[in-house]
Amino acid sequence: MTKISRRAALRALRCGLMATATLSAGFASAEGETVKIGYAVARTGANATGAGITTIPNYELWVKTVNDAGGLTMPDGSKRKIEVIEYDNRSSNGDLVRSIERLASQDKVDLILPPWSTGANLAVAPLFAKYGYPQLAVTAVTDKAPDFVKRWDRSFWMLGGGHDYANGLVELLSAALEEGKINNKVAVVSVADGFGIDLIKAARPAFKEAGFELVYDETYPLGTSDFAAIMSEVQNSEADSFVAFSYPPGSFGMTKTAQSIGYNPKVFYISVGGAFPIYPGIANGKPDGVMAIGGVDADSSAIKDYFASHTDSVGNPPDSWASAITYASLEMLEQAVGRAGLDHEALSKELSTGTFDTVVGEVKLEDNQLRDLFWVGQWQDGAFRAVSPAGKQGASAAVIPKPEW
Amino acid sequence: MKVLLIAAGLAVLACAPFAVSDYGLGLLIGAVTYVTLASGWALFSGPTRYVSLATVAFYGIGAYTVAVLNEALPYPLVLISAAAVGAAIALVVGLSTLRLAGIYFVIFTFGLAELVRQLITWFEVNVTGTLGRYIFLDLTARDIYWQMLALGAATIGLTAWINRSRLGLALRVVGDDEVVAAHSGINLARTKLIAFVLSATILTLAGAIASPRFVYVEPAIAFNPTISFLTVIMALLGGANRLWGPALGAVPLFLVFEWLSANFPDTYPIFLGLLFIAVVFALPDGILAGLEKLRRRGGEVRA
Repeated sequence: MTKISRRAALRALRCGLMATATLSAGFASAEGETVKIGYAVARTGANATGAGITTIPNYELWVKTVNDAGGLTMPDGSKRKIEVIEYDNRSSNGDLVRSIERLASQDKVDLILPPWSTGANLAVAPLFAKYGYPQLAVTAVTDKAPDFVKRWDRSFWMLGGGHDYANGLVELLSAALEEGKINNKVAVVSVADGFGIDLIKAARPAFKEAGFELVYDETYPLGTSDFAAIMSEVQNSEADSFVAFSYPPGSFGMTKTAQSIGYNPKVFYISVGGAFPIYPGIANGKPDGVMAIGGVDADSSAIKDYFASHTDSVGNPPDSWASAITYASLEMLEQAVGRAGLDHEALSKELSTGTFDTVVGEVKLEDNQLRDLFWVGQWQDGAFRAVSPAGKQGASAAVIPKPEW
Repeated sequence: MKVLLIAAGLAVLACAPFAVSDYGLGLLIGAVTYVTLASGWALFSGPTRYVSLATVAFYGIGAYTVAVLNEALPYPLVLISAAAVGAAIALVVGLSTLRLAGIYFVIFTFGLAELVRQLITWFEVNVTGTLGRYIFLDLTARDIYWQMLALGAATIGLTAWINRSRLGLALRVVGDDEVVAAHSGINLARTKLIAFVLSATILTLAGAIASPRFVYVEPAIAFNPTISFLTVIMALLGGANRLWGPALGAVPLFLVFEWLSANFPDTYPIFLGLLFIAVVFALPDGILAGLEKLRRRGGEVRA
């Protein structure tokens, strides 16, 4: 046992204080050298889960990676470390708007990273535009991106719209229909929320045009936890393809229900949550053949490295949809800063016109949108692989029919 | 003299946007919004002691009305429509529920926000086929601030007027004992209903005025239950049955939460919960009443 005398404790305290003072002085003198990056994300409230899976871990991983490598490279070759200013937006748009104003007008940060969710990104878009910051909106699925780009020319929309995902899925299924692998009957359920509605609205005409018949088409309220009735009706519907435009709780619930009632359609598609790293666990270790929104090129070494470093720093692998895109958006920012510096106008122009090398491959935006995306992925041998669009580099062939649970 | 002082204070607040940064203006908007919400809430709940958790139901209705009408009508008409919708719904709700008392009323009002949210969701899903609406209005943060300030001032003015009127007296009697109130010839239903509708209209207008700052509105965003809880705790902290009580509770709490969200982003709900408990146990009648009690006790000791 060490006995600590009061004098020793005081001395230690004094040393500590001095060290702190020196440290803060050190920071102060180096202040001109850092790049201040701010973000206001949902640490608490309804959006905390989504932000905690897709947004925050990637922001932290990226900042750590950049700072470990000496900092952001400026056009003149010098390196500047990143200093983060973070606020909790409490999942409330009022707080979010105020936090962005604070970052822009009070903290005068060099760059602002966007929040999680479509609504939050739209709420801050006018502010990013007002202060001139480029906004790399990743976690926003919207069909109106072209309009938004016209309205806010420094906004960038990187996750496509509901139509894209619905059409991607229909294209995949109609190829299977033509090959005679499935019949033309489809059972669709959709969650009664912005996302589910966007997708089902786009999917109905697309299915019809491709010659499919929607033999079951129902919505369920957000927060539904018992899917037994829905799933047994779907089971009796003679449809070979089951499609759910769902959020994670629904995706997980329907998977479990399908397994427990022994429902084995040839195509089993769920939406958000299917690409989560916890999905194989939810599916009792039998996720193979399940399709879901998103997908990555699981064989690319960049993706493998990214998954490894994410697992290292966060403790679990990223989801296979928006996570990689989020990280790619940060790499774009990093490279754009390296070429154009921190001047917002030049930076936005570079983001808009430049070509970037990222974890999801080479990225070039079209009309400020990332259009070269995977729409559908499928679990194959324990990895969530992209299967649509089939022609895109890195896509795997879809396995239809899905093996039984 | 007092009126002059208040007018001067209001003038200073109205000029404040010219002196502060954008973030300062954001803070002002937030603070004034919560002052308005807490004062509007206390207009009904203060004297009658009916604790209502329906704040966000009306606030959200206001925001939604703007989202639906902002492209169809000129802005002043949109605000008037929002107020009318809020008042109409409050009338229906009030007629059917003000017989409830105590905990039943609290639970009902909490359910009301959820009910409105689900109804709007159902309507949007099955009738309009879209969820999530856009508000593109050319209103600057200053415009929003001035509108909210005007609404807040009007709310406090209205409360002051009601407090001195027969209605205010009737409301206080209702709050003390409904049976006594009924026996002294007070029309219970009408008294409660008038105050409830006035209060709800103010809350609806607050939502309508604040909404252009969000650009995008969907039920989950517009009907965030935290707003209801914050409003209640702010009003209770200051003292719900005093004229300036809600304002006095709203401003410091708003600033504390702002500070917490910057410095303790993960633990904010814990503080909120602790504060709730602390207010209920330590200051059941609010800070103002607590201060008075202290002063009186001090006086007794000296005497």
